[in-house]
Amino acid sequence: MLSPSFAANLAAALIAVPIMLPSLAGTSALLFRKRHRAVAAGISIGSCLLQIAVAVALLVRARHTGATPYAMGNWPAPFGIVLVLDRLSAWMLLLTAIVGFAVATHAALTRLDRKGWNFHPIFQFQLLGLNGAFLTGDLFNLFVFFEVLLIASYGLILHGQGARRLTSGVQYIVVNLTGSTLFLIALGLLYGVTGTLNMADMAARGAALPHGDRGLFEAAGYLLIAVFALKAALLPLHLWLPRAYASAAPPVAALFAIMTKVGAYSIIRTAPLIFGDHAQEFLLPASLATIALGFTGMLAARGLRDMTAFGLIGSTGTLLAAIALFRPEALAAALYYLPHTTIAAALLFLTVDLVVRWRGVEGDAIVPTPAFSGLALVAFLFLAGGVALAGLPPLSGFIGKLLILDAAIGAPLGGWIWGVILITSLIAVIALARAGSTVFWKRDPSPPIPADRAPPRLLEALPALFLLATLVALTAFAGPATRYAQSAAAQVFDQSAYRQAVLSNTTLIPPASRTGEAP
Amino acid sequence: MSMEFLIASAIGALTWAGIYLSLRGRTFPVVLGISMLSYAINLFLFAIGRLKVGAPPLYEEGLSNYTDPLPQALVLTAIVISFGMSALTVVLALRTFLETGTDQVDGEPDPAIDPLEGDRAEWIERRNAHRIDMIGEERL
Repeated sequence: MLSPSFAANLAAALIAVPIMLPSLAGTSALLFRKRHRAVAAGISIGSCLLQIAVAVALLVRARHTGATPYAMGNWPAPFGIVLVLDRLSAWMLLLTAIVGFAVATHAALTRLDRKGWNFHPIFQFQLLGLNGAFLTGDLFNLFVFFEVLLIASYGLILHGQGARRLTSGVQYIVVNLTGSTLFLIALGLLYGVTGTLNMADMAARGAALPHGDRGLFEAAGYLLIAVFALKAALLPLHLWLPRAYASAAPPVAALFAIMTKVGAYSIIRTAPLIFGDHAQEFLLPASLATIALGFTGMLAARGLRDMTAFGLIGSTGTLLAAIALFRPEALAAALYYLPHTTIAAALLFLTVDLVVRWRGVEGDAIVPTPAFSGLALVAFLFLAGGVALAGLPPLSGFIGKLLILDAAIGAPLGGWIWGVILITSLIAVIALARAGSTVFWKRDPSPPIPADRAPPRLLEALPALFLLATLVALTAFAGPATRYAQSAAAQVFDQSAYRQAVLSNTTLIPPASRTGEAP
Repeated sequence: MSMEFLIASAIGALTWAGIYLSLRGRTFPVVLGISMLSYAINLFLFAIGRLKVGAPPLYEEGLSNYTDPLPQALVLTAIVISFGMSALTVVLALRTFLETGTDQVDGEPDPAIDPLEGDRAEWIERRNAHRIDMIGEERL
């Protein structure tokens, strides 16, 4: 028989479940790395499904309440580490769970998880790092979760091995280790100046700093933004992404579509905290340049994977341009566009994987080939993914871009935002149409596919179709989704309520209910 | 004064060496450079708790002279993470060297030091023939 207070504590602890669930699933999947490997896949997919359910429950809860802190280890807020659930983090958790589910299923169906021993454990730890980064309310804890997700991503990016993957893996690791070093320097400076690592507490103390310390505080802020920009592949720091993502297994790259959004999320969280609203001076031009470079890079790509990687850079740039305005209506547009662009990029990467698997020796090269079976299905998926990535109607990318453009009216550099987004959309359409017509339309009359090739299993397209269905749902329910995005954006900008909620509202479990004894 | 100077110049020297080494072209200096950088960071994190000698790192009632224990906890975390990372990078660099025959970070062999193009395939094959599968992954 559950006592009411115990049940209430359990309900409060739901916030920690997105972190505990993948860590349990990851460790138990480790038991099945050599034998009964289907069980590991089952654990992994089941954990992703449960994460979707938990994320939906948290989202429903966050809709009606303010930021809800959960004190880990029952220590009060500025001293202990708190997890904070608000609308933004619930939104990111749901997105992570959906993309994670699609990629885990795809990997199991295409047997990518058999190309090494530890795919599912590493995959779950990757989700653990992502969920933790979205939930934590403490800057050093954010660093730790960044490391968790990076360590897992090193494993995933090398999954399947091969010389090319190893070389680009070393570069990816070196770049990210340097990023982690900068992160630590920034944290050190921030702690040295403010004497706290809790985000809410830091915002309060940062605002009250004496003038002399202000410069050090902002220098640390710039370093921190540089680290997050590195993760989000913002222009001068984007060089690592195309090669790393194009040489990773495409389903892994599909999951990594969300890694750039971790950078964007962290910028949303920390930039207003440190800079107020004048972070846009440097973020906005950089993101506009990123959009231009990303979408133009799609024209230059010779393989579908490179092209998708550049498209990911461009669409993340679009997202960052909206974030960099640091206005509630622009952030609301960005938060609607964020899941769209992540799912669109993931969908394209999964489709490219199907092309590589079903097409034969040409892999993902943008060259004409003989017809192969399953062509119509992948061509349809590529068309849908391309429409989504370029932001054309009827899918949600069009609504997202429209909202961003609408929010840019009257903003600084508003004309530039309009020009860059519209022109680059056209360039993206040209690049995608050219690649699509070469790969799926033009026929190479030379040798037909050898008859002994096994026909593709159409079942493998199910995860991609699932992602497409979520995009359609995001379009069909654009009304509720934009309303939620607006309320999430309003909550992000209401710093004082966040501070109040985290610092004075942390409900601790009284000692009596923990031990079951009278105090 | 002298201790502040010592710590600051140690951090500076380590950072200088770390940046120089991590910009080198081969993986081994890069690994060393990243380790140097992490040593610099560890010292730096110590220093953010202010330099104080002979004071306990805990607060007790009535105690007025104590040091901040939090940076030491942060350093501990940072050491563990950077140690694991260094080990991973070393294994990976070695694996890449064995697989591609060159330890250049960009994967392009340097003709001055690496086996020449024609010999490379044979060299890699010879390597692979009798190497111990270090990571222990199944070759598929």
